[in-house]
Amino acid sequence: MKKQSKPKVAFFDFTDCEGCQLQIANTGQTLLDIMELVDIVNFREVMSEAGEDYDVAFVEGSISTDNDVKRIKKIREKAKIVVAFGACATIGGVNGIKNRFPLEVAKDRVYGDKADTVNTIKNMPLHEVIKVDYFIHGCVPYIPEIVTVLKCILMGKPYVLPNYPVCVECKMNENVCRYEKDQECMGPVTRAGCNSWCINNGNRCYGCRGLVDSPAVDAAKDILSKYGLKVDDILQSFTLYNDSMGEKYDKEFK
Amino acid sequence: MTKSSNKIDSKNVKVDVHYLTRVEGHGNIVVDVKDGKLTKCEFQVIESPRFFESMLVKRSIWEAQHLTSRICGICACGHSLASVKAGEDALGIKPSEETIMLRKLLLYAEQMDSHILHIYILVAPDLLGVKSIVPLVKTHRPVIEMALRMKRMSDYAGEVLAGRHIHPISYVIGGLTQLPSQEGLEKLYKMMLDARKDTEQTIKIIKTLKFPEFQRPTQYMSLSSNEEYAMYDGDLVVNKGSKTKVRDYRKLFSEQVKDYSRAKVSTINGKSYAVGALSRFNNNSDKLNKKAKEAARELGLKAPCHNPYLNTAAQLVEWVHCLEESIIIMEKILKDGINENKVVVPSWPKRSELDKIKYKPNTGAACVEVPRGSLFHEYTIDDTGHITAANCVIPTNQNMGNLEDDMAKLVPELLGKKTQEEITLDLEMLARAYDPCISCATHLLDVKFV
Repeated sequence: MKKQSKPKVAFFDFTDCEGCQLQIANTGQTLLDIMELVDIVNFREVMSEAGEDYDVAFVEGSISTDNDVKRIKKIREKAKIVVAFGACATIGGVNGIKNRFPLEVAKDRVYGDKADTVNTIKNMPLHEVIKVDYFIHGCVPYIPEIVTVLKCILMGKPYVLPNYPVCVECKMNENVCRYEKDQECMGPVTRAGCNSWCINNGNRCYGCRGLVDSPAVDAAKDILSKYGLKVDDILQSFTLYNDSMGEKYDKEFK
Repeated sequence: MTKSSNKIDSKNVKVDVHYLTRVEGHGNIVVDVKDGKLTKCEFQVIESPRFFESMLVKRSIWEAQHLTSRICGICACGHSLASVKAGEDALGIKPSEETIMLRKLLLYAEQMDSHILHIYILVAPDLLGVKSIVPLVKTHRPVIEMALRMKRMSDYAGEVLAGRHIHPISYVIGGLTQLPSQEGLEKLYKMMLDARKDTEQTIKIIKTLKFPEFQRPTQYMSLSSNEEYAMYDGDLVVNKGSKTKVRDYRKLFSEQVKDYSRAKVSTINGKSYAVGALSRFNNNSDKLNKKAKEAARELGLKAPCHNPYLNTAAQLVEWVHCLEESIIIMEKILKDGINENKVVVPSWPKRSELDKIKYKPNTGAACVEVPRGSLFHEYTIDDTGHITAANCVIPTNQNMGNLEDDMAKLVPELLGKKTQEEITLDLEMLARAYDPCISCATHLLDVKFV
């Protein structure tokens, strides 16, 4: 990106809860600072104008209809940079759970005899349909990481995702290991970058940031067996966010 | 939006708003007037369906809260609370009074967070004649900074109480996974006291804005309680009438699927009804605290109010109520402390014990008032503690029929008086007044005059 030119930024949402966009509003005062550095040209949730000329597209949500596929391809054609923003966009997120039922069953459960009016396809993260330049993982994304990625984009640098598990951050935060508390936890194989957010608050890791590259599967299996668990016990938990990545993850583990 | 002339034609109007902006989610408004007759008036929810009720099937009841808070980023706390309450109802668990007090605090914080976002970011630009808050950052900077400060306070409450406001972490079936920190609570209390000044200022600003005149009495449904202005608990009432237990909600209203919309539409006695701040205000205004009553007086809001545009004013009154109630709870907490043993569930969810629990197949239901109205979760569990059926009834769906009926009354009143552009804006503002949350419903608004 050229120096001193203000990049035009657009926000788009697909199948999701819109929490990621809301997280932008939650940056508070930082939001005003960000607005000094970029021109926000399209943000349906907060603006009536819809600029079609943009450099950077932040896209939240997963792809789950034929129309979504067409729309995301158009966005890719126009944008110089596409950012997959949040778990639904980066790994398919909770929407992926529908992939494990035949689509007809899911439609029928929710819409009954009107199920035929519903258009839906397999749930997919963005990179299965288009090329993605930056990934901001998490459900919801962690604000300090959003700011870091934004800085990288403004400086024209790549953002190097943390390639170590949540356990690393969790140890630094001096939490007691969830396995010691007789709970299951996805921390050993989940990509860090959230500062072990859920564990810091007394909960466990649910794997919303997806698998770390080349997870230490053997070490993870050792932890499970030490606490009397099998891989199958924990795979069910992986389906919460990672069902759209199912085949890839199955290969990693089996 | 389709092109339209400025000439006023009282016989033919076409509105076709595709993707309504400044709402949560994706929706269209389609209105068609031919030869002076209203032939079409639809509010179409075109969000991609998400199938949450199906996603819940076969998952552990202990996971439900985590999953259902993902239905909506705005009302994540409300979904979480409706979910833990329904789970507790199914499992026969009673949380402590202190837990309930903390849950109310979280719910009030979410009401405030959403209401202030709606008032300043979604509605105010219409009333000030601009397209978004972006130009207001330059022209009204101190006001925008104040709005962000108010939002920050309520958002920070979510952070301190539950780890974060969007998809809260620590509120689970039975209690909390962790107590809020003393340092965080003290900081939050100070922010709440400071917010009083911003609240007064906001009332002064909103008072000067002119809301469109429009009247249509309808059925107003909300929780209601003898003890307090009901948000966390109570029975269901319609226009202050007889009470219905939350578990019997299916007897009170029914849901239908419409061909043109992804959201289901609910009716009471075959007719549309409203939920949300104005409904709560209409049913329960006598239970508001003193400062909130004063705010209502200053804003000229009196129950029953039949102008849906004034839902925004009712939201501001609720902001005042929630802020003052939160301050009372915070003072109690800072004085007495929180009994950790009564609140924290250290065993949640303890893997080795979970497998041994004997579950009784059961159905549990719950309702909480979220910013946009009454939210219902209902789960049926089997003898392994897994969900076999789920139903989530979202406020926006319930409001949908009422919004269409409002539009059907409003459009003929505007014919011959306003241009197509003006009618479109009035309809968009009307939809925005309901603060529709389409990502829940599934998503909302785009007006088509076809």
